[in-house]
Amino acid sequence: MKRFLAVSMVLLSTFSVVAVQAAETKVPVNLPELEEDKYQHQAPTMADLEADESIHSELKRVIRRGYDLFTNTQQLRGKNVFNDMNCSSCHMGEGRMPFSGPVWPAVTTLPDYRGKNNHVNNIEERISGCFSFSMNGMPPEYGSDDMVALVTYHQWLATGAKVYDTNIAGRGYGSVPKPAKAPSYERGEKLYAENCAICHGADGQGQKVDGKVQFPPLWGDNSFNWGAGLVRLNTAAGFIKHNMPLGQPGSLSDQEAWDLAQFMNSHERPQDPRFEKSAKHTREKYLNFHQHTMYGKEFKGKVLGEHNNTGEKPFLKPDVLRPRIFE
Amino acid sequence: MKTRRRTRWGLMLGALLWLSPVTAISADVDKGKEVANTCVACHGMDGAGQAQGKFPRLDILTADYITKQLHDFKDGKRNSPVMAPFVGMLDDEKMQNVAAYYASQSAQVPAPEEADDALLKRGEQLALHGDWDNYVPSCRSCHGPDNQGVGNTFPPLAGQHASYIAGELKAWQSGDRANDPQNLMLAVAERLSAEDIEAVSAYLAAQPVK
Repeated sequence: MKRFLAVSMVLLSTFSVVAVQAAETKVPVNLPELEEDKYQHQAPTMADLEADESIHSELKRVIRRGYDLFTNTQQLRGKNVFNDMNCSSCHMGEGRMPFSGPVWPAVTTLPDYRGKNNHVNNIEERISGCFSFSMNGMPPEYGSDDMVALVTYHQWLATGAKVYDTNIAGRGYGSVPKPAKAPSYERGEKLYAENCAICHGADGQGQKVDGKVQFPPLWGDNSFNWGAGLVRLNTAAGFIKHNMPLGQPGSLSDQEAWDLAQFMNSHERPQDPRFEKSAKHTREKYLNFHQHTMYGKEFKGKVLGEHNNTGEKPFLKPDVLRPRIFE
Repeated sequence: MKTRRRTRWGLMLGALLWLSPVTAISADVDKGKEVANTCVACHGMDGAGQAQGKFPRLDILTADYITKQLHDFKDGKRNSPVMAPFVGMLDDEKMQNVAAYYASQSAQVPAPEEADDALLKRGEQLALHGDWDNYVPSCRSCHGPDNQGVGNTFPPLAGQHASYIAGELKAWQSGDRANDPQNLMLAVAERLSAEDIEAVSAYLAAQPVK
């Protein structure tokens, strides 16, 4: 009985939701409560930066540059970025907000071992991962001005945060319990038309205004490639549930979030830069990642990812994607 | 030879039919100008609107957006005792024509009253960056670069009268306006304080129209 009570209390605290505003709002922010037993950190805002007289003016300038690159990564189009994405397309709320892929934990938890590439990564290599996969691109060089500016923005967001505490509240996008019914492309397709198409377009290709990306494409040549974290169905379900539609976090059910993830990630996108031989082979080789994706699986009579399309990017694999042996 | 020519004409006709939206009534700007005599007292012939009366400028809006709003006034999704009698006089065709007319205009609008710097700075923050701690995304994340509007769904805000923007945000809060797709605007509007509304409206009104 005691055990039952304890379990219920844990469940209660996990599933109770926070209404950020007073109860009378018609569209509440329904996010999971930040767990008390996990580390919490309130990242500073750009207004805090301007108000902080203790920070050297030159450091402020570089943090602003990092923020500018983070929120308008398209300025690196054709050089480091070969699709329509910005860092802030997925790291909503300037990389500061819980359940929106906050980026400060990358600073406080790295260097650390990463399963994705099976070696110890520092913050620069972690950011390079985003460029290689999510931006379908060529990362800025280690130590370059752009890389240092991005790292500086990340590190400043972690101001005052505890180093090497990996038990962090609101990290990533938060997990969404597997729903009762197996995720369905067909249900996702219908939900997409009702909830997402208004911004991302009926064809999922996003929208541009005067040639500038307004709403990012969710699949196809100008979206993230098959190696990006958001290709994982569980990660996508978390992102969708806790961030979409814009301004309405938590408005979709767990089932709806998974159905939408299934629909979005059953479409083609640029090749995984780690591709070798075939999609099925690559899936097997990186199964710790691809066990959560549709890559290399058959869908509508075709094997997803079985192609040599790298989108706008004129190469497959950036050189920085390489093993490290530390010898 | 004859057959070939007929085929060619058939192809051209086919192309024309394909290019024109067959189902939509093509709007008549000249007829719309006549209808605009109903609107002129508040919106002006050039669609400039009036800041003091909270009457929006219409020249910056797209025809489809205006048409939808007229329907929404008629259907009660926008509750406006001022607009109600006027939309009551308009049928679908008149709505489309007057919308096309105003969308084709380019109004002369006097510069907005000067606002204080702190207010404009807060407004700029909300319009360009949002207030994420309160789950308020920036205006431009939907209303487009420089808040110049995106398609027929997200209207331009730059250069609109501050009094009108503020009035509409409050209408969302009170429920008098409920015609936004998927409650996208409602969600944001109800998280704004009275000061936020004043600030963002003043900032947006002060921005140039493209």
